Amino acid sequence: MTANDADPVLELEQLRVAFGREEVVRGVSLAIAPGECVAIVGESGSGKSVTARSLLGMAGEGARVEAQTLRLAGRDLRGATEREWRGVRGGQAGLVLQDALVALDPLRPIGREIGDALRIHDRMPRAERRARTLEVLADVGMPDPATAVRRRSGELSGGLRQRALIASALALDPPLLIADEPTTALDATVQARVLELLAEVRGRGTAVLLISHDLAVVARLADRVLVMREGRVIEQGTVDEVLRAPREPYTRALIAAVPAEVPRGAPLSRPADSDANATAAQTPTAADRAASREGSPGSTPLLALDGVVKTFPVRGGGRFTAVDDVSLDVHRGETVGLVGESGSGKTTLARLALALTAPDRGAVTLDGEPWSALDEHARRPRRPRIGAIYQDALSSFDPLWSVGRILADAAGGAPGKGAGTGHPSRAATARRVAELLDRVGLAGAVAGREPLTLSGGQRQRVAIARALAAAPELLVCDEPVSALDVTIQAQILDLLDELQRERGLAMLFISHDLGVVRHMADRVAVMQAGRIVESGPAERVFAAPGHPYTARLVADAPRLVH
Amino acid sequence: MTGRPAGTGVPAPGRTHRARTARHLALLLGGAVFVLWAVATLTFFAIRLIPGDPAQAILGGPGSQASQEALDQVRSDYGLDQPLVVQYFAMLGRLLTGDLGTSYSLKVPVAELLGAQIGGTLLLAVCSLAAAWVLALALSLWSTGRGRIASALGQGIELVAAALPHFWLAAVLIAVFSTGLGWFPPVATGTPAGFVLPVTTLAIPLAGFLAQVMRESLIDAMRQPFVVSARARGESALGIRFRHTIRHAALPGISLSGWALGWLLSGAVVVETIFAMPGLGRTLLQAVTLRDIPVVTGVVLLVALVYVVMTVLTDLVARIADPRLAQEGAR
Repeated sequence: MTANDADPVLELEQLRVAFGREEVVRGVSLAIAPGECVAIVGESGSGKSVTARSLLGMAGEGARVEAQTLRLAGRDLRGATEREWRGVRGGQAGLVLQDALVALDPLRPIGREIGDALRIHDRMPRAERRARTLEVLADVGMPDPATAVRRRSGELSGGLRQRALIASALALDPPLLIADEPTTALDATVQARVLELLAEVRGRGTAVLLISHDLAVVARLADRVLVMREGRVIEQGTVDEVLRAPREPYTRALIAAVPAEVPRGAPLSRPADSDANATAAQTPTAADRAASREGSPGSTPLLALDGVVKTFPVRGGGRFTAVDDVSLDVHRGETVGLVGESGSGKTTLARLALALTAPDRGAVTLDGEPWSALDEHARRPRRPRIGAIYQDALSSFDPLWSVGRILADAAGGAPGKGAGTGHPSRAATARRVAELLDRVGLAGAVAGREPLTLSGGQRQRVAIARALAAAPELLVCDEPVSALDVTIQAQILDLLDELQRERGLAMLFISHDLGVVRHMADRVAVMQAGRIVESGPAERVFAAPGHPYTARLVADAPRLVH
Repeated sequence: MTGRPAGTGVPAPGRTHRARTARHLALLLGGAVFVLWAVATLTFFAIRLIPGDPAQAILGGPGSQASQEALDQVRSDYGLDQPLVVQYFAMLGRLLTGDLGTSYSLKVPVAELLGAQIGGTLLLAVCSLAAAWVLALALSLWSTGRGRIASALGQGIELVAAALPHFWLAAVLIAVFSTGLGWFPPVATGTPAGFVLPVTTLAIPLAGFLAQVMRESLIDAMRQPFVVSARARGESALGIRFRHTIRHAALPGISLSGWALGWLLSGAVVVETIFAMPGLGRTLLQAVTLRDIPVVTGVVLLVALVYVVMTVLTDLVARIADPRLAQEGAR
């Protein structure tokens, strides 16, 4: 452990947590000094969250927790009773979770949620409690705390409600703040502000334990990093040591998987346990890419949006303009990235491109022919030309259908319909399903499973296979990797990239993550409040933003190296 | 609520919120008036389908052997010789002035008759509803979050309770607590003790229903991240239940309560008869047997009115318990 002048707030040695026979944390040791931020990074299932919750005696039902040392603020917490833990929670350590919309009781005003911590731990008079609530809200940068205390989490913006959640954890000024994915649900600019707030909290002398899957977030806030995998700390050191000179292959794979600085076309994923550089040979040169792309200005774009406007009625009169006079072309073989914060109209634009909703004004054309203007009956035979991939693959599947049935259905061969009905035979369909699964890197046996039993990455692969089933010319991808771990994200992005090259697909790639878009897109369009404020070649837009909004997005985007 | 300084970024409920609530209320009231009109109209025409001559019923039923003159006299007195449409509008006109007509069999104004009976029935229904809520909350709070056995037991109790028919339950309760143990009288005596068995009879099946719904949302609420946040703040298990999850669990119960009261009123017909209690249910039963059309119409309208009032009330309570409802679609 690194030596610190001050006594550490938290000392943990050889923490082990098991559920039944399965050990999920296998000997984790760490110490945090006052005013220090230690981060634990790792992918889902690495044991990082269980480690954090064990520090609050909240490892979970049926958990067996053992440690050689577990001292918080000088107090030995091994074998603490539930009653003693209750004194620790909130008083000695505060917890900040991911999404304040649900991490604060949506039925109660935030003032009461914050006041609760004060009420539980010392029986402060009401007036004093209110004063402290306002004070702590002001501390976290909440504008107009006196009004804010009466708002519920659902009435505040994402950034403000996250501040309220942080305030509720800090109400008693605990020496340790545990932040478990505190900014994962936030837009980049809001995330940057919340990270600044956490840095400020650390600056006031609070020890911060940051749990994150996002190396860029860690790079911004932490002093030291622990990399966890399968319940063990496999590497640790200062942020610089770990991020600039990682020793472990797994850490290197994690870092390599972050798409932010990786050039277009270069693969992100590589086997974690080999140092193979062999993949470099496959990286296409810019010339290859240009050659593979027929779509140059002048030829007919595959998908064209022309002056498209879409509004929605707002209760209480008036209309909300979700997409405001947007024109955008996608050529064959090209990826157009669409970036913007939540609520900027990206998803509405995707729905317009898919003709799932009709524009109020303007038109969408497909390969020079009317698309949005057709009636659904005429459009249906052409729908296979566009495939769609969404963020939440699971909810886009019928949970009662097997993967095989999902794919067979998408390929047009409904099971049970034999030859002579115009449908492919059962055997041909089965072959097609196996082919699709193989193409997206899944075993044939997956065909027999239900989506619920698959991992997030597998589900997204099935979603891609489904999108490919009808042999589309264009893929509309709406946040296709936002719900995935970084190494899985890297594999999926590589797969999409490969498929595009192989089939000359056009792609409309929508993401809030600038790094992902920068890695994937040839051209980008930046959307703000329903309008495209800037567009152009990806490298140019990100390197030299022409619009202040783009510049702000780029500046706030988390990256590994500052 | 006070006004807010401009440009704070924190939205305050303002005029638009109140306007929305007012508009919502106006819609509800309009709907209520429509429902009452529809019920009155349906009842008026449906009752013409009951076989038998109303004039006969007025004169004491078919056994009375009333003379033709007497029948004619009654028909003209009650306007039964008028065309149906005229009778219909005459009824609507009377209803608008609050006149429900006169009972054929008892020869007293229906309003008076119902006024004397409604109190007892409403008291029975409201007490049963309250008892059902207490039972349902207790059962679902007790049986969730404490292991599989408690959960299975709770679910079993709910299922059986919800399936119990009133007449059977009443008979069993009387056999055990009245005939057997002698704790409570078998008929309503007008004392609190006489009230216990009828209320229990009505409350148990309803509690089963309510608990089933509340358990679901309670389990759902216990899984939410805000429960983790509350625990991490040092909140006790009891505090989490009473300060957080119970409110989430109560929401569907609240929306069901309007329906539940209507259901209890129909249950009251059975229960009042079994326990020989004076009340709306028994009045209705007698009126139907005697073809006392004005009384039947009156009871049906009154029940519809109670139903409508209750629906409006539950809607308002639901909006207080879950402020998100009032906000819905605001953005």
